[in-house]
Amino acid sequence: MTADSAKTNAAKTNAATTDAAKTVVSITDLDVSFATDAGTVRAVDGVSLNVAAGEVLAIVGESGSGKTVTAKSILGLLPETATARGAIVLSNRAGTSTNDVLSLSKKQLRGIRGSDVSMVFQEPSTALNPVYTVGWQIAEGLRAHGDYSRAEAKAKAIEILGRVGIPDPKTRVNYYPHQFSGGQKQRVVIAQALVLNPGLIVADEPTTALDVTVQAEILDLLRRCRDEFGTAIVLITHNMGVVADLADRVVVMYQGEVVEEADAVTLFQNPQNDYTKRLLASVPHIGQGVLQTAERASAREASWANAAPVVVADHLRIEYPGRFGRSAFVAVDDVSFEIRAGEVLGLVGESGSGKTTIGRAIGGLTKVSGGSLKVLGHEMNGVRERVFKKTRSDIGFVFQDPASSFNPLLTIAECVAEPLIVHGRARDPRSARKRVDELLEAVQLPASFGDRYPHELSGGQRQRASLARAIALEPSLLIADEPTSALDVSVQARVLELFAELQREFGFAALFISHDLAVVDLLADRIAVLYHGTLVEEGTGAEVLGAPQHPYTQRLLASLPVPDPVEQAARREALHTLRAAQTAAS
Amino acid sequence: MSAETQRPETKPRMQEPRKQSLLARLPVVHQLRQSVGLQRGMLIAGLIITAVYVISAVFAQWIAPYGFAQLRNASGPFGSQQPPSPSHIWGTTVGGYDVFSRVIWGAQTALEVMVVAIILSIFIGVFLGLMSGYLGGWLDRILVVIADAIYAFPSLLLAIVMSIVISGGQSSLWGGIFAAAISITVVYIPQYFRVIRSEAVRIKNEAFVESAMVIGASTPRIMFRHVLRNSTRTLPLIFTLNASEAVLTLAGLGFLGFGIEPTAAAEWGYDLNKSLSDVTSGIWWTAIFPGLAIVLSVLGVTLVGESLNDLADPRLRGRRAVAAAPVAAASDSEPVDVAPVAAKSGDSQ
Repeated sequence: MTADSAKTNAAKTNAATTDAAKTVVSITDLDVSFATDAGTVRAVDGVSLNVAAGEVLAIVGESGSGKTVTAKSILGLLPETATARGAIVLSNRAGTSTNDVLSLSKKQLRGIRGSDVSMVFQEPSTALNPVYTVGWQIAEGLRAHGDYSRAEAKAKAIEILGRVGIPDPKTRVNYYPHQFSGGQKQRVVIAQALVLNPGLIVADEPTTALDVTVQAEILDLLRRCRDEFGTAIVLITHNMGVVADLADRVVVMYQGEVVEEADAVTLFQNPQNDYTKRLLASVPHIGQGVLQTAERASAREASWANAAPVVVADHLRIEYPGRFGRSAFVAVDDVSFEIRAGEVLGLVGESGSGKTTIGRAIGGLTKVSGGSLKVLGHEMNGVRERVFKKTRSDIGFVFQDPASSFNPLLTIAECVAEPLIVHGRARDPRSARKRVDELLEAVQLPASFGDRYPHELSGGQRQRASLARAIALEPSLLIADEPTSALDVSVQARVLELFAELQREFGFAALFISHDLAVVDLLADRIAVLYHGTLVEEGTGAEVLGAPQHPYTQRLLASLPVPDPVEQAARREALHTLRAAQTAAS
Repeated sequence: MSAETQRPETKPRMQEPRKQSLLARLPVVHQLRQSVGLQRGMLIAGLIITAVYVISAVFAQWIAPYGFAQLRNASGPFGSQQPPSPSHIWGTTVGGYDVFSRVIWGAQTALEVMVVAIILSIFIGVFLGLMSGYLGGWLDRILVVIADAIYAFPSLLLAIVMSIVISGGQSSLWGGIFAAAISITVVYIPQYFRVIRSEAVRIKNEAFVESAMVIGASTPRIMFRHVLRNSTRTLPLIFTLNASEAVLTLAGLGFLGFGIEPTAAAEWGYDLNKSLSDVTSGIWWTAIFPGLAIVLSVLGVTLVGESLNDLADPRLRGRRAVAAAPVAAASDSEPVDVAPVAAKSGDSQ
């Protein structure tokens, strides 16, 4: 702790001596407390940091570390239940005026928001109002801060849309948000933030809701904001790859306190704090899984390849019916793959690629509309629930969001006992309790957790309980739909490890669905890549990730940021060359 | 266990007492304890008014000095339109009844209507809503159309028809009660139906229902164990609105002359009707007291309902202003509770 406090002191003296024009925002001893039902809770505790002009400062930490609260307090966006103390001194772009955000009135706050500091939100589709054109929404910021005629505002909106890389801005300025893709929407949100040319942009997880390939483009754009507009950026993220790609300096927060502050290269190569070290160690890298996969492949008997597969998809096609005579939406088209007994197939793809749909079809939650899908010997095309019901005891399912996959009114033990009761292995939760305790132990949760309610567990613990429920009937097939995407990196590492352990112990076949190549690589024997509902590539981890054949896989792999600033800079160049080559080819 | 158990999330939860005492977890008591400021004032006012109303209804026999149909006592007839006096503290009506006794007895009638109306409508409404919302399809469409059609009915008109059907207009105690209760029932079934249906539709898509489906749980089991128990949160509000509407309909029936005979039971609406001519001739006590009784009983129940509704929603719930958080104490429980707060404020953007 002494090293940290020394650092905080150093930062303080820094703030005093730095030229005011160069520091955009200087936070000193910020404390933020929230009033909750459980009493007062301190979310941010004595945080001090400075952001220089034209600098990208990343604030990293897991959920609940206070990073978002710190960033929001720069804009004075704290909810009414919060009280903040300390000082946040914000300068305007020219450095001619400084304000302490915490002592400003609401009216004064409105004056600095947009012109001195603005914000880019996580979810671009909810940050834009669907009933106004994007041009109107960009002009709204202008109207709030100055006297612009309609034509002037529109010209300004067109100009800024062009600068953030929206093609044909003259026409697009009159488009509504739903006419843009997710990445373009985020560009519009960034344009909205840039239009008044603020000295500082607070970007709260700006790429979390986007696919990896789009994320790379948005990160490029944010880098251009810094280089071309000279805007300082406070970047809040939990993704260490994004930090390595964009940040100049990094602040690591833990439990509301700053535990480490360093420039990006130093932090990744030589982390000082234990927590930072642990955080960096738990980020999955591509290539970690190769050894494991080879080991498992060699342990298998020769006859294994000839045994009947657990799941066979043959020209599988899944459609969602269209509304009011519109043609049906094809989610999965002509996909063929197999999962053999005891094998983990990793299914990778962007949002909308149909990977979740395939998982749901195997679990009997979505109807198959064409081709053939055989699950444990049952043909799922036109299957009847009554016939399939018995087979369900052989299929386990782990859902993406651990928060909503448990009935909030039942205890963990009752939830885990549910499959046992439904399939007649136990009469009621009490008689199943012994087995439930064993299961909880298998996922390394204390048996006493069985008496708690789902909301009393953390995300990682809930996801482990969810695994316990999935393996309760010792299934021969487990479907895991993005089981770790809602978890923090350190927790994710733990859950993945547990998944691998359970798989070794129980030997179930698994379909592991994820958007994260590194996570899939860690667990899967074979990887299948989906793109717009079609299977573009399939093979072992070494084949798919080592030497990708399909242009999409190449782009996907190149877009994935790695948690090392030096290597990432090289990869970025490679991605640009690849993208240029692919555009030239097509 | 390395990375995660070192996370602070696991520890503080274990130290915390997991459950509060039974008393503190009871529905209304729980809300009372977590409320502050104006919301607490509203809730307490509502609770007191409702308590007075329920007590006078239940113990009417002992509180009221005279019977509801009593016209004379040992010392002779009460007399008509007598001003308040020690023997008749709120005076007497034009028909010669004691106003105070009629108001107290009237509470009993009103409470009976509330109970009957709620019991009749809540079970049918909740069940239909659950079926319609969870099963969907043609059943859902038909039920929604019927529910919409019933909305178009004025409840008072329905009540008049009911009272004529049940007892030919001038009705007995239970005839009048059922006329009001059934008409309320018909109007309120669609409301319970709608609320439960929309909740069921929402919860049907939650991951925990799907996880029950992939386990292979039967449809009735999912409906009653997983969906129903999670969709009853908004019921207390409609419950109280339903109760106050029942009282108003009963009073309306009585005022229009379709109410309960004064000899069968005391009823505020009937008394108000009979006091119409008194008001112009300066006799205030016959109208004021039954009128106040109607207003207060509806107000009390509605206040309770409104504040329960506000308190159930964390965004509407007021909280004590934050004093300086004691550093040591707060840092223990911090990571657990900050996460939802931060997430919530993020969502609302």
